[in-house]
Amino acid sequence: MATQAPAREGSEAAPGSPAVRLKGIRRTYGDVVAIAGLDLDIAEGEFFTLLGPSGSGKTTTLRVIAGFERPDAGSVELAGVDVTHAAPSERDVNTVFQDYALFPHMTVQENVEYGLRVKGVGRRERRMKANEVLERVRLPQVGARRPVQLSGGQRQRVALARAIVNRPTVLLLDEPLGALDLKLRQEMQVFLKALQQDLGITFVYVTHDQEEALTMSDRMAVFNEGRIEQVGSPADVYEHPETEFVAGFVGVSNVLERGGRRFTIRPEKIHMIEGIGGDGETGVIRDVVYVGMVTRYIVDLHSGGELVVVRQNLETSSREVLEAKGKRVRLEWRPEHTYEIDKEENR
Amino acid sequence: MLGPPLLAFAIVYLASLVALFISSFWAVDPFTTEIVRHWNLDNYRTIFQSSAYRTIALRTIGIAAAVTLTDAVLAFPFAYFMARIARPRSRAVLFVLVLLPLWSSYLVRVYIWRLILNENGVLNWTLRKLGLPAAHLAYSNWAVWLTFSYVWLPFMILPVYGALERIPESLVEASRDLGAKSFQTFRRVVLPLALPGVVAGSIFTFALTLGDYVTPMLAGGSSSQFIGNVVYGSVGIANNVPFAAAFAAIPLAVMAVYLLIARRMGAFEAM
Repeated sequence: MATQAPAREGSEAAPGSPAVRLKGIRRTYGDVVAIAGLDLDIAEGEFFTLLGPSGSGKTTTLRVIAGFERPDAGSVELAGVDVTHAAPSERDVNTVFQDYALFPHMTVQENVEYGLRVKGVGRRERRMKANEVLERVRLPQVGARRPVQLSGGQRQRVALARAIVNRPTVLLLDEPLGALDLKLRQEMQVFLKALQQDLGITFVYVTHDQEEALTMSDRMAVFNEGRIEQVGSPADVYEHPETEFVAGFVGVSNVLERGGRRFTIRPEKIHMIEGIGGDGETGVIRDVVYVGMVTRYIVDLHSGGELVVVRQNLETSSREVLEAKGKRVRLEWRPEHTYEIDKEENR
Repeated sequence: MLGPPLLAFAIVYLASLVALFISSFWAVDPFTTEIVRHWNLDNYRTIFQSSAYRTIALRTIGIAAAVTLTDAVLAFPFAYFMARIARPRSRAVLFVLVLLPLWSSYLVRVYIWRLILNENGVLNWTLRKLGLPAAHLAYSNWAVWLTFSYVWLPFMILPVYGALERIPESLVEASRDLGAKSFQTFRRVVLPLALPGVVAGSIFTFALTLGDYVTPMLAGGSSSQFIGNVVYGSVGIANNVPFAAAFAAIPLAVMAVYLLIARRMGAFEAM
């Protein structure tokens, strides 16, 4: 398939302005604060993920960008244009809904053509463009069917086709893979990432799945209780978590308090040596959890606290690893793998 | 599981309809007024050949259609407001308002409209106060149409409300997201998805009007006879049950055709 530069009709972008800019966004429902003051820039052509647990404000943020929610305070800019008070139909963004929201009374073809149809695009052009995107999402044969006649995975791709056929500047995806089984989800992750690179459209992707966020994103924002805890590349967020929440939510992390300061260290970065003597922390293996590819050890430290250590089962059998319980061990890690968290500037 | 109830339904309901249908092909001896059981089509012939009976049948069907259309037009915005705009509390109040008339006697509601439409009724009193000419609506087809439209309105509002309420908000959002203006969203998403509710409601309003004889009698008088009034007269006064059965078969046939059309339109898929 030939890669063509995406046509961006209607977006009179000031060059250099971000695809999405949120400034001081606040949104409350009665006493509940969904978004408590949020600033965010998403660059053009970026795969940007909003990651967080449910109720952290990530979906509300997406809905503010789409225009379904009006912020109580703050402004929304798309490609440098203030759209805070624009209706969803006036914004050059499209959404892939969590429940897909396909129109049940229309065929797949009619669903995909809907956006073009309400904009007055002629029948032939509509048909051509719809066929093209249906092919792109690998569903060339289902145009005449109704959404109810499709599988979950197919519906998901129709929802995607219906959105990208309009060539929006920004595509918003609200947990689009949440309803799919693991294998299909992993396939779709790869597919979505490739599609995004192919189309060059900015993707804003909402998920609560940290693995999904880490695999797909160019950059990500970690949400907690209506605030962004950290923005950065997946490697950045994973390796340099700035807060305890980020450390705990993105991957498994250990928090260790020494001398009044708190540090995180990833379980796979810890080197565990049997016996004592030498530098590093010492402790006793309290528990062993065998999980096939790896084994998790929970070690009680002599100087207080506990650490989780993960080791690949390269040459050890399940029987051997389980026998490690109760043994005294020494834990070592490279100093650059620990990060101090909850410093003044992060709070 | 469905067997026994279905059997009971067949015996009690369908059997009586079949009996009705069969007796419509019988006759009555004009001297003895006994039913004569020899098969003939005389009753149907009378109905189709007499212009008086034809007028009555057409009036019945015509007013039933007009009432259905009126109720659909009145009910839709009301149901839309209830289902998609009103807050839970005002929705509950509106529900009570819709159902309230159903708690009073049907006769009372018909008589109320007679009081409103009378020569010296509420309507003309108001018109006079406003300096407008009096309306002569009492005992006319207009009165029958108005009364029916009022009496059956809740039967249209409730199914339309149900259909509108079931439309997921995300579909409306998807439509707006894809660039549709409010009117386009209404015409292309909300209306088609609510249509089964309108058709379901129309089955009520149409069938209830088709089979009624009290409102035409009380609000319309002798010039606004319905099929039901002829049936009533044929049984109660002329004692001609076969003829009454034949005339009663007409609304049944009309309803059967109507239901077939409704099914074609997908009205039962959403039920």
